[in-house]
Amino acid sequence: MPDQLLFAMEVMLNGLMAGVLYALVALGFVLIFKASGIFNYAQGVMALFSALTLVGIMDGQIPFSHLINAIFGTDLHHFGWHVPAVVAIFLTVIVMAVFAWLVQKFIFRHLVNQEPILLFMATIGLAYFLEGVGDLMWGSDIKKLDVGLPQGINEWIDITTFEAFGYGFFIDNLDISATIVAIILVAGLIAFSQYTKQGRALRAVADDHQAALSVGISLNFIWILVWSIAGFVALVAGIMWGAKSGVQFSLSLIALKALPVLMLGGFTSIPGAIVGGLIIGVGEKLFEFLIGPMVGGATENWFAYVLALLFLVFRPQGLFGEKIIERV
Amino acid sequence: MFYREAGDFSTTYPQDSQTFPIRFDRYRYYVVLAVAFLVIPFIINDYWANAVFVPFLIYAIAAIGLNILTGYCGQVSLGTGAFMAVGAYAVYKLMTAFPDVSMLIHIPVAGLITAAVVTLFGLPSLRIKGFYLAVATLAAQFFLVWLFNKVPWFYNYSASGQISSPERTVFGIIITGPNTEAWAKYMICLVFVTICAIIARNLTRGAMGRKWMAIRDMDIAAEIIGVNPMKAKLTAFMVSGFFVGIAGALFFSVYLGAAEVGESFGIDKSFLVLFMVIIGGLGSIFGSFIGAAFMVLLPVLLKNVLVGWLGWPTDLAAHLQFIISGGLIIVFLIMEPHGLAQLWRVTKEKLRLWPFPH
Repeated sequence: MPDQLLFAMEVMLNGLMAGVLYALVALGFVLIFKASGIFNYAQGVMALFSALTLVGIMDGQIPFSHLINAIFGTDLHHFGWHVPAVVAIFLTVIVMAVFAWLVQKFIFRHLVNQEPILLFMATIGLAYFLEGVGDLMWGSDIKKLDVGLPQGINEWIDITTFEAFGYGFFIDNLDISATIVAIILVAGLIAFSQYTKQGRALRAVADDHQAALSVGISLNFIWILVWSIAGFVALVAGIMWGAKSGVQFSLSLIALKALPVLMLGGFTSIPGAIVGGLIIGVGEKLFEFLIGPMVGGATENWFAYVLALLFLVFRPQGLFGEKIIERV
Repeated sequence: MFYREAGDFSTTYPQDSQTFPIRFDRYRYYVVLAVAFLVIPFIINDYWANAVFVPFLIYAIAAIGLNILTGYCGQVSLGTGAFMAVGAYAVYKLMTAFPDVSMLIHIPVAGLITAAVVTLFGLPSLRIKGFYLAVATLAAQFFLVWLFNKVPWFYNYSASGQISSPERTVFGIIITGPNTEAWAKYMICLVFVTICAIIARNLTRGAMGRKWMAIRDMDIAAEIIGVNPMKAKLTAFMVSGFFVGIAGALFFSVYLGAAEVGESFGIDKSFLVLFMVIIGGLGSIFGSFIGAAFMVLLPVLLKNVLVGWLGWPTDLAAHLQFIISGGLIIVFLIMEPHGLAQLWRVTKEKLRLWPFPH
């Protein structure tokens, strides 16, 4: 096979892996949007916050130590213990559930029945707030996150492809584990929404708030639940991205990457989020590989948006979105 | 006692339909203008100009522009930062290509160029709506920033990739470049703000503004009663682009002096202007001013209090600033979804009767 084609194939495979991560973030958006009609811009910052919390708990950092030091003139920084990853993840999930409860209690309960754009604004405010809290709690330096996932090039794929094509594909072990985790997560979510009582209630709320309310489903509970799940999804995304490139501010920007995925897949469709993520992941990597050198590179920043935009002009509801019917 | 119509008679139609029909309001407006034009320029110093007044005035123009698009026409845009960049780069190219032409011509022309670009990016609004459109404007944000970074022609092949504004004068007074005096910066911005606000106010209360509002309230219904949605939406994008372009041109040439597109006109700027519009009040020109003032003053105030008084490290103050501005936005949305302008309206109603409520 010609080299160029092999390169393209490698790029495509890597794009698929990146797409899985985009899809993970987009999934969090879709869950909240379906259940409550809130377009949650804070999803990316939630991923950052959960990853920061995870690292903080694992390293035994004292929360708000900078603030305490500034006020009382003390010199606190660490408790001096290390928590195993599994326990820390469990604790972080609890933190995210508490966060979900707080968000529901103090923000969105008071904004029920407001226009969608106001809810969107509120989530941007929330994003700023959470970003500040995260930095204040755990410090703003770049942190290393290591939960014991395998890293580095996958030797087996390298050797096998080398024997088959005469060119070894470079695929990161981390990307492979991210893909596996994402598949498990999605399967889990689907099982949850199909076979459990809460999952059914969640789907009912997504279908029709009023009808769900009238058969005795607590909207408040479902919303807290769905924010917690989104927090959990954010944590998973945060772990994957954090393990890849360190836990730092730029992690919150993956939310922006997830937006075109949503546009492509439709705001209300879980399969859409996954397929959209894969298309965007592969598309932007291939475009950068094929066209990028001609126009000066760094096309990854905008390609996804332009692709989604062009796509929307022909199909305004996205790939899997429900058909938009408008009435006066 | 204040803001009362009693004893205020309109005897001609122009009097009846003037912008400030209540006499008290009208005099208040003249007083504000007089103070802005005749008092502040003589007492302003560098710190106040650079930290407060110039950014406030420039952001007020940008906020008016976005308010026309989002507040009046209901089309959410997250590309304001990049549209400001278009204005900035347009004025930079004009300033360097035609050094002898007055800035009073360059800046509006930069606005017109921006208007054309924004209209182009407004085209998808004919097909897509709501959040989809908001995200689509992000395409403009990222694409334009990338474009200005990658095409050397835009920054005149300068080695640093930055643009920096050369010294230009208006009526013999230096208004751009490092030697500009504080009052000159202030005055040029003030002149543009005043003109923009008057244009915006009159557009929004005329036929065009009513069409925009009809589209905002319900586009299908508006179409049925004979508003051409294409014309209404695209004019909103155009007018908004014009104002945002002027704001971008002033922001670069007068305020910053030198700019790097990703840093000065990134997505943060888009959100900042959007916050100004939301906090100030959607669909209100006056709201754009208070929103801009609020978002410009808040960081200055927080910094003075936290770093100046309490002596906290600056990074801590920066984090707290995030928390406080994020929190305030949420509080505002919960308490008063219609923004500060609505509070002002309520206050006016109260003042009408005060101090004799019966």
